[in-house]
Amino acid sequence: MEIIKTENLVFDYIRRDEEGNVEGITTAVDNVNLEVMPGDFIAVLGHNGSGKSTLAKHFNAILMPTEGTVWVDGMDTGDADRLWEIRQRAGMVFQNPDNQIIGQVVEEDVGFGPENMGVPTKEIWERVEESLRAVGMYEFRKYAPNKLSGGQKQRVSIAGVLAMHPKCIVLDEPTAMLDPGGCREVIRSVRALNDVERVTVILITHYMEEIVYADKVFVMDGGRIAMQGTPREIFSQVEKLQELRLDVPKVTLLSHELRKSGLPLPPGILTVKELVGALGALYSGRK
Amino acid sequence: MALILDHVTYEYGRGTELLVRALNDVNLVIPDGQFIGLIGHTGSGKSTLVQHLNGLLAPTSGHIYYNGEDIHDKDFSRRRLRSKVGLVFQYPEHQLFETDVFTDVCFGPRNLGLDRKETELRAYEALKQVGLPDDCFYQPPFDLSGGQKRRVAIAGVLAMKPEVLVLDEPTAGLDPRGRDEILGLVASIREEQNITVILVSHSMDDVAEYVDRVVVMNKGSVCFDDTPKRVFAHREELETMGLSVPQVTDIMHALKKAGWDVGTDAITIEEAKEEILRRLK
Amino acid sequence: MIRDITLGQYYQTDSVVHRLDPRVKLIATLLFICSLFVVNQAAGYVVAVVFLALAIRLSHVPFRFMVRGMRAILFLLVLTFGFNLFLTPGEAVFQVWKLTVTREGITMAVKMAVRLSLLIIGSSVMTLTTTPNNLTDGLERLLKPLQKLRVPVHEIAMMMSIALRFIPILLEETDKIMKAQTARGASFDEGNLLQRAKSMVPLLVPLFISAFRRANDLAMAMEARCYRGGDGRTKMKPLHYEKRDYLTYVVLLAYFAVCIVIGRIMPWGRIF
Repeated sequence: MEIIKTENLVFDYIRRDEEGNVEGITTAVDNVNLEVMPGDFIAVLGHNGSGKSTLAKHFNAILMPTEGTVWVDGMDTGDADRLWEIRQRAGMVFQNPDNQIIGQVVEEDVGFGPENMGVPTKEIWERVEESLRAVGMYEFRKYAPNKLSGGQKQRVSIAGVLAMHPKCIVLDEPTAMLDPGGCREVIRSVRALNDVERVTVILITHYMEEIVYADKVFVMDGGRIAMQGTPREIFSQVEKLQELRLDVPKVTLLSHELRKSGLPLPPGILTVKELVGALGALYSGRK
Repeated sequence: MALILDHVTYEYGRGTELLVRALNDVNLVIPDGQFIGLIGHTGSGKSTLVQHLNGLLAPTSGHIYYNGEDIHDKDFSRRRLRSKVGLVFQYPEHQLFETDVFTDVCFGPRNLGLDRKETELRAYEALKQVGLPDDCFYQPPFDLSGGQKRRVAIAGVLAMKPEVLVLDEPTAGLDPRGRDEILGLVASIREEQNITVILVSHSMDDVAEYVDRVVVMNKGSVCFDDTPKRVFAHREELETMGLSVPQVTDIMHALKKAGWDVGTDAITIEEAKEEILRRLK
Repeated sequence: MIRDITLGQYYQTDSVVHRLDPRVKLIATLLFICSLFVVNQAAGYVVAVVFLALAIRLSHVPFRFMVRGMRAILFLLVLTFGFNLFLTPGEAVFQVWKLTVTREGITMAVKMAVRLSLLIIGSSVMTLTTTPNNLTDGLERLLKPLQKLRVPVHEIAMMMSIALRFIPILLEETDKIMKAQTARGASFDEGNLLQRAKSMVPLLVPLFISAFRRANDLAMAMEARCYRGGDGRTKMKPLHYEKRDYLTYVVLLAYFAVCIVIGRIMPWGRIF
C-alpha cells in the first residue's frame, strides 16, 4: 500500500481584507495526483512559489485540501479523529532550523515529540538515544541548540522527528538556509535514514544536486506536477528544466553542451564520475 | 586608494573564558572600482570583516583608512562613512520597515539630511536601478517575493550613493533563478556606476564568473587574495577549509586526474567545453 | 557574541544543591525569604546568615557570583538604606544638613539592608544552581493544584520555556537589525526623548515581524510534532523526590522553626 497518496488535490489560499471579505484566491496546488511507496526516496523540485511547500504541508495534515483527498498510510487526512496518528506517521522537518527547535537542550528537544505522544519515560530515553545516534548528534545531546551550527540544528530536528518513529519523513527545504558544508551534512543524514533505517523520505528542495540520489523526482510548477521520473530521466531534459527556472547541475549542463557540439555522450549525466567515464569510453585512445 | 585595512585584529568576549579572535591581523587594500568576492564558510570572519569597513565594528588593534583618513579618528564622521561604504545585510527582512517600498528606500538619504526633493529623486533612481517594477513602488515591502525584497534592500543602500557597495550573502535563501538575477543585477550596477563592489559569499560558484579578485577568509585570517583562476588553483587547500572550487573547475580536475591532458583553470561551462573540445579535435 | 549569553545565571558545576529537586529549591527560597521577615533581632539574622552560608558552601558556587547579583540592585539597596536612615522618626543622634538621623533610623536602615541583601543572595543560590528549564518544570509541578481552578499551568510553563529559548535568538536579531539600520544612517542614541522613541521604529518593526513569523513557524512545528497541550503528555525528565530532597525538607522545617522561636519567643534578643 502507498505510504502517501493524493487524488486530485487542490489547495486554494484565500486572501481576505481587514473586514474578512475575500480579496482573491490563489490556487497553490492544482490537481496533483501522486503516490509514494514505502521505502522510497522521493524528491519534489520547484522554484519558490511553485507550490511545493504547500503540497508538503498536506502530507502532515497541517493543511487540508480544498478539493480532493490525501491519504497517509491509508488514513484520510480529513479524518479529525486520526489527526495525531497521521502526524506521527509522517513527520515533518521545516526550513528554518531556529524556528522548530523547542527544547533548550538537544536531548530535550528530541524528546518533545515522544512526550507529546505519551510514550513512557524509559522508552523516551531509548528513542532519543537511537535517533541522535542515527543522525550522528549523540555527543551533542547536552548542548544548547543556540551553540550548534545550522547543519547540526537541522540534524537535531531530523532526530526529533525520528524519535516519533514515523514511517515517512517530509523535509521542506531543509537546506535552504545552510552553507554548503551544512547542506552536505544534512543530505548525508537523510540518505542514511533512507538506506539504513528504510524510512520513506520526501525531500522538498530547489537544489538539483540533492536529488541525484532520489528514486523518483516530481517537478512542480504553478501548483501542478510538470515533470516526473527518475533523476536521469529528469536531467536529460535540460531545456525543459531551464524553462521551469531550475538549476541543472553544472556537470549535466556541460555534458549537454558537449552533446550539442556533437559528442555522442549519453543523455542525463548526473555526476562528474559518469562524465569522466563516458568520455573515457568514447575516446580511450585519445587522452 | 579607497579602503585600506592595516593589521586589523578583532576580538570579542574579552575578560571571559570565551575570548574569540574573529579577525587575525588582516591586511587588505581595496582600490576604487574593483569587483571583489569575499569567500569563507560560516564563522570564517567574513561578516565581521565587512562590518569593519563602515565602522560598525571597531578593531581591537590595527587601523582602517578611508581615502587616507583613519576612520576611528575622533573628528572623522562615521555617519558620512556609512553613506560612502554602503553595506547590505544578508536578510532584507532586517531592514525593511516602512509601510511602502518607496518610503523605505527614502530612509537612507533622509538620514543623510538631504531635502525632500533630493531624497525622493534618489529613491526613485535607486529603485529604477535595481529593476523593481513600477507597480511595486507603493506596495508594503513585506508583501514582495524574496528576490524583490532583496532588490528593495539594495536600493535602500544605493540611494545613499555609496562609493563602495558591500553585499553580505545577497543570495541566501533564494532559488536558482532569483540567485542569478540578483548576481546579474549586482554586476550591472557595478558596470553602470563604476563603484567598488564587495560580494560576500560562501559559494565560489556564485562569484567565480563575475569578480576581478577573490579574497578567501579562514579562521579570521586572509589566506588567499588573487585573481579567481589563481585562487582556484589551490583546490585541495580550499577543500580542507570546507570550501569548494566552482563545479566546472572540479570537473576539469577530475578529467586531468583520469589522464586527460586538459588545463584545469576553466570556470564557466563555455570555457570547459572549449577546453574539452580542443583536446578532442 | 550575544549567542553565548545564558539566561538566568546558571553556574555549571556538580554539587548536592545542584542535584536537589527544583521544587525543594523553590520552596526553600520561599521559606528563607519568609524567615527574614519572621525574625527581627540580631540572633535571628545570625541564624539566617549561618544557614545561607551553609547553603552557599554546599553549592560549590564561588561567593563572587552571589555578590554579582547584588550589583544590579545596589541602587535600590542604597535608596532603601537612605530613606530608612533619614526618614524614620525617633530619638535624634546627629544631623546632616537638614536631615536628622535617629537611633530608630539607624536600626531600621541596617535591618532593611541586611534583609534585602540576604534576600537577593538567597534567591541567587537558587538561580545559580538550577537551570531555567528545571526551574520551569519545578514551578509547573508546584502550581499544578491551581489547574483545578482553571489556571493554565502547563501552558504558562510552556510559554516560559519557549521564551527562554527564543530570547537569545531575538537579542541576536535585534543586534543585526540595529546594524543594518545603522548602515543606512540611522542612529539610536541621539536627540531628545521623542526623537529617540521615533528612532526605535526602524528597529521594532522588523523585530516584531520576525518575532511573529517565528511564533507562527514554531506553532506549526509543534503541531507537526503532535503537541496538543498538557493532557496525555509524558515527561522525559519527570521530577521525583530522592532521599536528599526529603532530608532537605526536614532541615528546612527545622530552620524555619528556629526562626519562629527566635522571632516570637525570645523578645530579649531584639537589636539594641
